[in-house]
Amino acid sequence: MSKLTREGLANARARAEAHWQQRWAGRQAQIIIGMGTCGIAAGARKAWDAFADELKKNNLTDVRLEQTGCMGLCYSEPTVEVRVPDMPPIIYGKVDAEVARRIVRKHIVGKLLINDHIFDRPANDAFGKKIADSR
Amino acid sequence: MKNIKLEINGKPVTVKEGTTILKAAQKVNVKVPVLCYHPDLPAWAACGICVVKIAGTAKMLRACSTPVEEGMKIVTHDPEIVQIRRTVIELILSTHPNDCLQCPRNQNCELQKLAADFGIRELPFEHRLRDLPVDTTTGSIVLNPEKCVLCGRCAKVCQQMQNVWALEFLGRGEKTRIAPAADVKLGESPCIKCGQCSAHCPVGAIYEKDETRDVLKALLNPDLHCVVQIAPAVRVAIGEAFGFEPGTLLTGKTYAALRQMGFKAIFDTNFGADLTIMEEAAEFVERFAKGHGELPLITSCCPAWVDYMEKFAPDMVPHFSSAKSPHEMVGVMAKTYYAEKMGLDPKNIYMVSIMPCTAKKYEVSRSKDMFASGHQDVDVSLTTRELSRMFKAAGIDFANLPDDETSDSILGSYSGAGTIFGATGGVMEAALRTAHHMLTHKQLDDVNFMAVRGLDGVKEAMLNIAGQEIRIAVAHWMCNIETVLDRVRAAKKANGEPAYHFIEVMACRGGCVGGGGQPYGADDEVRRKRAAGLYKDDRECAHRCSHENEEVQAIYTDFLGSPLSAKAHHYLHNQYTAKPLYRK
Amino acid sequence: MAFKHYVLVCGGEGCNTKRALAVHDALLKEVREQGVENEVQVLKTGSFGFCGECAAVQILPDQTLYVDVQAGDAAAIVTQHLKQGRPVARLLFDPQTTAKYFPKDVPAGHQKQLRIVLRNCGVIDPERIEDYLAREGYAALEKALFKMKPDDVIEELKKSGLRGRGGGGYPTWQKWLFTKKVASDQKYIICNADEGDPGAYMDRSTLEGDPHSILEAMAIAGYTVGASQGYIYIRAEYPLAINRLNMAIAQARELGLLGQGILGSGFDFDIELRLGAGAFVCGEETALITSIEGNRGMPSPRPPYPAVKGLWQKPTVINNVETWAAIPVILLKGGDWFGKIGTATSKGTKVFALTGKVNNCGLIEVPMGITLREIIYEIGGGILGGKAFKAVQTGGPSGGVITKDYLDMPIDYESLGQLGSIMGSGGMIVMDEDDCMVDVSKFYLEFTVDESCGKCAPCRIGGRTLYNLVDKISKGQGTLHDIEQIRDIGHAMRKASLCGLGQTAPNPAISTLKYFEAEYLAHINDKKCPAGKCRDLLTFFILPDKCIGCTLCARRCPVNCISGDRRAVHVIDAAKCIKCGECYQACKFGAVERT
Repeated sequence: MSKLTREGLANARARAEAHWQQRWAGRQAQIIIGMGTCGIAAGARKAWDAFADELKKNNLTDVRLEQTGCMGLCYSEPTVEVRVPDMPPIIYGKVDAEVARRIVRKHIVGKLLINDHIFDRPANDAFGKKIADSR
Repeated sequence: MKNIKLEINGKPVTVKEGTTILKAAQKVNVKVPVLCYHPDLPAWAACGICVVKIAGTAKMLRACSTPVEEGMKIVTHDPEIVQIRRTVIELILSTHPNDCLQCPRNQNCELQKLAADFGIRELPFEHRLRDLPVDTTTGSIVLNPEKCVLCGRCAKVCQQMQNVWALEFLGRGEKTRIAPAADVKLGESPCIKCGQCSAHCPVGAIYEKDETRDVLKALLNPDLHCVVQIAPAVRVAIGEAFGFEPGTLLTGKTYAALRQMGFKAIFDTNFGADLTIMEEAAEFVERFAKGHGELPLITSCCPAWVDYMEKFAPDMVPHFSSAKSPHEMVGVMAKTYYAEKMGLDPKNIYMVSIMPCTAKKYEVSRSKDMFASGHQDVDVSLTTRELSRMFKAAGIDFANLPDDETSDSILGSYSGAGTIFGATGGVMEAALRTAHHMLTHKQLDDVNFMAVRGLDGVKEAMLNIAGQEIRIAVAHWMCNIETVLDRVRAAKKANGEPAYHFIEVMACRGGCVGGGGQPYGADDEVRRKRAAGLYKDDRECAHRCSHENEEVQAIYTDFLGSPLSAKAHHYLHNQYTAKPLYRK
Repeated sequence: MAFKHYVLVCGGEGCNTKRALAVHDALLKEVREQGVENEVQVLKTGSFGFCGECAAVQILPDQTLYVDVQAGDAAAIVTQHLKQGRPVARLLFDPQTTAKYFPKDVPAGHQKQLRIVLRNCGVIDPERIEDYLAREGYAALEKALFKMKPDDVIEELKKSGLRGRGGGGYPTWQKWLFTKKVASDQKYIICNADEGDPGAYMDRSTLEGDPHSILEAMAIAGYTVGASQGYIYIRAEYPLAINRLNMAIAQARELGLLGQGILGSGFDFDIELRLGAGAFVCGEETALITSIEGNRGMPSPRPPYPAVKGLWQKPTVINNVETWAAIPVILLKGGDWFGKIGTATSKGTKVFALTGKVNNCGLIEVPMGITLREIIYEIGGGILGGKAFKAVQTGGPSGGVITKDYLDMPIDYESLGQLGSIMGSGGMIVMDEDDCMVDVSKFYLEFTVDESCGKCAPCRIGGRTLYNLVDKISKGQGTLHDIEQIRDIGHAMRKASLCGLGQTAPNPAISTLKYFEAEYLAHINDKKCPAGKCRDLLTFFILPDKCIGCTLCARRCPVNCISGDRRAVHVIDAAKCIKCGECYQACKFGAVERT
């Protein structure tokens, strides 16, 4: 991209927002892993690898694997948000490789939630409605 | 600048904007105790003893560094403040050896004085000492980190004022210590031995190497013919140890005291200064009028400056006057000319020089040129501080000695030009008086060159001698020299006219009167007074110019021939070499 | 095919209560009996943090929260809510309990946290500028550059009441205004990311999760005060944050959001990183500045303040990461919006790193004025293992302890200060009955002794002397005179130390002494550590009537000082015992006693 003018920024933001909305509301399943230092230290990379591997094994090529920063749930790292169309967005905690594989098989494929690993989204968002569709 | 009105202990006071609380308090005769603060240096604000209360804030602030503000209401002393200061002093003492009796600063220590003022009678806190080795690797300065109170003065002087950066804080927290940067030994560091660290240290953590015992031993040795010389700046400072005002001219008493000590001959470094001027002025004329050698010519009588140049500015070697410093000239002449005249074997002559300087201790064996007589030309160099201790140990009633004692021929007489060597600008002024004569063969109407006097860091002037323009610069405190050198380099690079024709450099503020070996407690006021003492000496001298000194004239007639003669070169000149830093 | 409803019953591993389990089982049974097991999944989850209102049940996807649910309520929930779509009103969580903390446009939910600073952390991909742009990214900068004059920005900050989040709590608008007012050819903007309090990681998470928010805020400050260069001083121990900041800076430069003529305006601003080597004192602003200049990081006296004479003697705005991160939101939503959150003197939200003996430790962002009780028992999910709360330590090594008497006090700068603690940068360590206050004070003193820069005498010497005195007490060798000395030295350090580190270093000792003097006296007079923490004062012995001779303790003992035959009473050799507590932890019969 080249250097933005004021209008250019407005356009870029509009594009980004549209893309963002579509991503959240879209038909594609997403797995978003908390990859701050805390998450990584607790094993987020191993979870990432397990997700990638299990998705491949199940031939789930259209599931997006994404990273994000710390969700603040340090006691339950690694934390992962799973978004599947027509299901509520879910935050899972203490996701080791084994749980990661279970999430793919049970949640993404089987549309069932995983016992004992669901955590509450911890906070209200300053931008309110902007991500209101995220739980 | 705006005036600021405030109140200190209920008394109104008006001071200029930017004044610190400490200075404002002095104006209303309130003395706030300090330890790390020194008037020469920007406040480092480490010790925490000068804390005061300011109405409207719960914090206490340091008087040394806090600028006054309009309407401030300051309390400098109340029971709580005094108690806090006392606790801080007790804490400092809890990590100090407190072996005052054997300390070089006994009775002269700022910490000792604080402890006395606060009436400290016991040490309430656990006593912890650090076991740190004493560094004696320079032969000039001794660093004893165990006694250090980490006030930071030495490091600040070394870095900010001398631009040498030899000393630094190492370690952290309670393991913090002062040491040469990169944790080498002082002798391996860029230290130029100027001794400003020792002159600024409030305690006995960094001090001159004491060589008085060597001198006493020599005086006891019947085979040795002990002779002594005193530097210009010594005579206006030695009195401070005996109750005289700084700047009191005490040449006669000092000669008398040295004679009582048992020296066989009392010479004067001022004679050597006159001799230096003969050589250096001739060198200048050679370069300036005849075009032999590079301009500007830069003075070389300050050994700390020589050391600095060899380490930090070796590109200046061709500019340096090859003339030795005055005490070296007296040293070599004592062991050749004087020895010849007196029929003495030079190996039995023991030459002691009394200097305001710690770097002179290093200079006496700096290079093989310092052995021109075939022996070490100056055997020992003592500082003014060591001399005063020696006098005291010898039971000399200095204050009541006669004033009319004279020095000894044939290396003892001096002109006014020789004596002003001890102040910044003095070497330049002395050289100009004689150079003028050499260039014009005429007497100066007014020998006083006021433009080179005073405490400005860099003094520049343009003179007219015999219709020729001479550009000069005088710098003191090493932090000022780079400015001058950069101008020299820039002009050189541009291949134009040299920036200057003649430059004088002295490492210490005020020149030798503010030397690293001078009595403690020097600030600008003291430096000015000492310099004034020298200019008074100058005014009162029968001769004002070096070339008028009859003993100097005699030495050329009888021994050296003429300035810059082969013999003069052999004895009175020396060479310089670049010294790369941090290479063992 | 997905289920119609998911029923989440609170009660993670940390939870002790059987009540939640009973509710879970009842719901499961009810779902089956009412024949909706193919539409409803009932699950156990991690704690929601409503321990006082157990059990909490959440229904998805509509996010209904029920509290105080009992097993008997299961039928109503299933029949009414899951089958007929009518929430059970009597069990609903009252949103008024949280709504009081928030502005009206924040949808009142059951969460007591509001994420302003952390708005993007855990939401966006920090490595993609597009994600940041999608969430109003760089809109505040654009607004400042094109719709606001520098004074308008300061006015907005003034309205917001934002105060420095690094510890001092100085009003941000005033700092900016001072710098703006000084005429100078060059000014600087610094982000203080030298986070160093033990147990604190607010800044790290913010930088890792949302690096662009810092860049944007610094550029806004540059525009406001007239600076064209910014520095982020960050500890080298934060490689991920450094990496993401570097990426963000490169992305912003590429889009012209940093550099020359930003967004076609005449405003130039760029940012560079400066890495700190991990000295705690470099978080002090004057030491930080001198470190950026390439010198040994030691504080200098203030005044002059950096706002007037800072980096390279030029006027410098220096703010902490958390302060920076809040600024774009303030400009976008308005200072008034931000100013509505919080107490009279402390506005907005504060990020805390909630750690220690709580079930749900983590990074939380709460409105100022919230109580400690809400933080510990609701957000934090209560004390670990159901033990008794003893104190909470705020402000890290510069702070103090707050006791249970003050759990209901609204948290702000002033209230914490009055209790002898500080807001600090946001460390919040919860301690329970097993924590010894002498030991806590020793821990923090050890830290400050280690991190003292060594410049000023009160901190350098006083800190170590203080530590040694507390250490002596913890070993049972203390005297009442030592307590007096702790107070004397502490007072001198507070008043005569040069920087905040030394001035606050005695706080943990003075504050624990203030609230738990009896515990100190127990160490001194009775040679006992009531919390059973100070090793030198402990004795371990085996109760003969409880020991069954299983030999486990003897096998665990690292120094082999426990003897006894199988099935015979064991004995600890007190002379050899190193008081490690292994036997105490190991014994399944409570036969090892500690006094």
